[in-house]
Amino acid sequence: MSIPKKCEMPDMSHVASGRSVGWYEASARQRVRLLLDAGSFEEFIGPEQREISPHLKVFDLPTQFDDGIVVGRGRIAGAPVFLAAQEGRFMGGAFGEVHGAKLTGLLRAARDIKSVPVLILFDTGGVRLQEANAGELAIAEIMRALVEARMAGVKVIGLIGGRAGCYGGGGLIAGCCSALAVSEQGRISVSGPEVIETNRGVEEFDSRDRALVWRTMGGKHRRLLGGADAFSDDTIQSFRDTALQLIESAPAFGAGVLKAEQARLEERLQRFGACADAIDIWSAEGVSDAQAVPALPAEQFIALADKVWRPRHDAR
Amino acid sequence: METLSYRHKAQERAAGSKSLAIIGVVASGNLEVMVERVLPDTECQVDINTAAEGFAAVWEAVVADFVERRSTGGLKLSINDGGARPDTVALRLAQAVRLIEEDER
Repeated sequence: MSIPKKCEMPDMSHVASGRSVGWYEASARQRVRLLLDAGSFEEFIGPEQREISPHLKVFDLPTQFDDGIVVGRGRIAGAPVFLAAQEGRFMGGAFGEVHGAKLTGLLRAARDIKSVPVLILFDTGGVRLQEANAGELAIAEIMRALVEARMAGVKVIGLIGGRAGCYGGGGLIAGCCSALAVSEQGRISVSGPEVIETNRGVEEFDSRDRALVWRTMGGKHRRLLGGADAFSDDTIQSFRDTALQLIESAPAFGAGVLKAEQARLEERLQRFGACADAIDIWSAEGVSDAQAVPALPAEQFIALADKVWRPRHDAR
Repeated sequence: METLSYRHKAQERAAGSKSLAIIGVVASGNLEVMVERVLPDTECQVDINTAAEGFAAVWEAVVADFVERRSTGGLKLSINDGGARPDTVALRLAQAVRLIEEDER
């Protein structure tokens, strides 16, 4: 028998803090608590204020005390941040009047203060149908507030890895952010799979083909295509690390950045416009075994993605 | 929707000093419970807003059992329910009291 070597203690601090918890399975409040420095979160318009939806009772539907979104401020690695987290399990994380107004207010506060970045933890199917126009207006107000905040110098980072993904108006808001982090589970799109199939037919998009859905809207494809700036593993620790990197690296806002983004999108269309499937795009980008991408573990995928295409920080 | 409210004499004052705790999500078969420390130490109130109508007798039994087993004095519990089963309700009530007993961080 050999004498066991004295080994160094692994860093277990993330276990103690609970940050090894999966992002996908966590609730909005768990994500907020574990993403930020311990005990630093201060909620705005908390559940005790009972600022609930005025529309849902008309449909005899249950309300939630925070209307499905947690907003407030806290610290991440010691630095102040504003933060909003959607609860994807309450009405699919959808935007209603109150839900939207809380995010608009947060972004306006960030705009006025100028120096504090905003993290938006998206988990949404889009607009809450029961609140129709109020929900659509909320999306427009949020986009305006977000752009105004960016014009004032605020970095707005979107984190996407929840069960509802980031769809509909949520996809539009995500497109306005300074940078996005996505996990494999975090789908980003505007029209969802069923919507596309209903409107364009099953030949256009088969919503029951899960592999097709994931490789078209899932996090890996969004990262490889440049829609998302960073890929995160499905843990709260990984999203925290990625958020910190993006707060550092996200570009400022101005005509130069928008022009660079326009050029990037034009180039993308030119290179991949004729591709019929995500796998064709990955092959065209130089991934040698494109078929294997969906099954790659996060670490290997990040290494591959960084080799294929490093995020451009002059664009968005 | 159905609204129910139960007020009980509590066994003991709830431990800890936190004034607010919240647990759960309003979804099918799930519920949220918000606890506020706003009542006299000998009282406990449970207000329920539920999507599943006609289960008042079950709610009454689950709430009575909860107040009997836990130290709930001073607590007002507000529930938004998406049609959870009694075992889920009992679990969330226990989690909510456990949370408000924790020390403030």
